[in-house]
Amino acid sequence: MAAILLDPLAAIGRATLGACRAVGDVALFALEGVSHLVRPPFYGRLFWHAFVEVAWFSLPVVALTAVFTGMVLALQSYTGFARFNAQSAIASVVVISLVRELGPVLAALMVAGRIGASFAAEIGTMRVTDQIDALTTLSTNPMKYLVAPRLLAATLALPLLVLVADVLGVMGGWLIGTLKLGFVSAAYLKSTFDFLQTGDVISGLVKAAAFGFIIALMGTWCGYRSKGGAQGVGGATTAAVVASSILILALDYVLTEIFFAQ
Amino acid sequence: MSYGSDDRRMQAEPGTEGLNRSTMVNTPKIRMRGVRKAFGPKRVLDGVDLDVAAGQGVVILGGSGSGKSVTIKCILGLITPDEGIIEIDGVDVLKLPRREREALGDRIGMLFQNGALFDSLPVWENVCFKLLAQNRITRAKARDRAAEVLAQVGLAETVGDLSPAELSGGMQKRVALARAIAAQPDIIFFDEPTTGLDPIMGAVIDGLIVDCVKRLGATAVSITHDMASARRIGETAAMIHKGRIVWTGPAGNLGHSGNAMVDQFANGLREGPIQMELRR
Ligand SMILES: Nc1ncnc2c1ncn2[C@@H]1O[C@H](COP(=O)(O)OP(=O)(O)OP(=O)(O)O)[C@@H](O)[C@H]1O
Ligand SMILES: [Mg+2]
Repeated sequence: MAAILLDPLAAIGRATLGACRAVGDVALFALEGVSHLVRPPFYGRLFWHAFVEVAWFSLPVVALTAVFTGMVLALQSYTGFARFNAQSAIASVVVISLVRELGPVLAALMVAGRIGASFAAEIGTMRVTDQIDALTTLSTNPMKYLVAPRLLAATLALPLLVLVADVLGVMGGWLIGTLKLGFVSAAYLKSTFDFLQTGDVISGLVKAAAFGFIIALMGTWCGYRSKGGAQGVGGATTAAVVASSILILALDYVLTEIFFAQ
Repeated sequence: MSYGSDDRRMQAEPGTEGLNRSTMVNTPKIRMRGVRKAFGPKRVLDGVDLDVAAGQGVVILGGSGSGKSVTIKCILGLITPDEGIIEIDGVDVLKLPRREREALGDRIGMLFQNGALFDSLPVWENVCFKLLAQNRITRAKARDRAAEVLAQVGLAETVGDLSPAELSGGMQKRVALARAIAAQPDIIFFDEPTTGLDPIMGAVIDGLIVDCVKRLGATAVSITHDMASARRIGETAAMIHKGRIVWTGPAGNLGHSGNAMVDQFANGLREGPIQMELRR
């Protein structure tokens, strides 16, 4: 603490260097992990196991988040749009904001909490109990065995989850629209689909895949590099969730910028 | 299905023994020279020199925290030393490209001090992990093979279906031992194989290690704190102290070797050249 007060420049320099080192390490780690996806042997069982864990067991959390988000969106946009007599735009506002933005981001944040933490804890425990070293001595590359299947599983699972979230979110909006705001069901659905473009859905799914990769990458990296027993694993778990959440939001901006520019 | 390579069988035959003894004088199986390793400011290995002859049982002795585990992790390539030479069969492993180094690892087995069993897999898959990873065996055959190796370490076949977390500490140790020897490696490292076992089981495991060396012609490097076990499994003993090998000699001489440090250690005396760093 005293050092920070006495020599702030040195502290800032150290932190910057540390951050640069971490970024470089993550990048190399990601490259190595991805490179194992194209070189045999492949661990199909481990991929499937991770895929089920990410896609199937995250479904309830993601579904609930999506339904409530859709409902809130419909309510909120009604309060705003009623002032301009623009209620008819509600359905399209709900679907576009869900599909382009809120579906991918909220689903990814929920999955980051579940999956990022569990990847980091599992791999971190394996690290501190020498199981990763044991893999090496048993003719198995730990990057290929532990990291590559998880990266692939999360990257493929997130778009599926987001697709479900999109549908359920629209359903939430439709429920509020028809039951509470007095829309005719068919008219609500018609204006939902009239304004929706394929590009909206696709941009959302691409975002989802990128977020899935980030979640698995930060989870496995934090676990893989953890040291120092139970406390180290706890730290790795927290770091994985925090880092992937922030990266998801930052990457969301970058991707939106790219899609918007087109 | 044969598990050992044929040349290894030949090594174990009495007729070829003399030949092997003469060649092994020239190239030790493992040769370490001036290996140093520090973790931050802490010097753990400070110039380790060690020769292990092929087909020999060697025990490494030394106080707790003296760097025994680090030494064998360096040989295995799990820790990269700061400087020094480590040769296996005359090849400098630190200079090998990664692929060749991995190939070398295929013939090496390791028992970790804390077992390091995979808790996501049942015991039988743990035991046959290497055979399955190298596609030397089908999953169906692996179960039988696991039962066979588990029997060697005194565990029933039913243990194979349990998860490692359901086993007692000593049973976990024996499963880890079974995993280390299941693929019948050329070189086996045992980090405290009998710690946590009852005396009779300890003797059984010692017998198993001797068997690996004698029957399979493997080279075994063991770390142990148990002098009786050291005399049983080792032909040669090496004592590590303050990051260096301070004595090597026949394991039978432990306790009356003439080296004050070794004798103090082997006899468990408080007074002697080794001072435990305790705060009074
Ligand atoms: N990964 C690591 N990072 C930092 N220090 C380490 C690491 N591994 C080992 N050490 C240090 O190296 C020293 C030697 O450790 P090592 O595990 O080799 O001891 P040992 O001789 O096997 O002891 P024991 O008989 O208790 O198992 C210890 O003081 C330990 O603190
Ligand atoms: Mg040790």
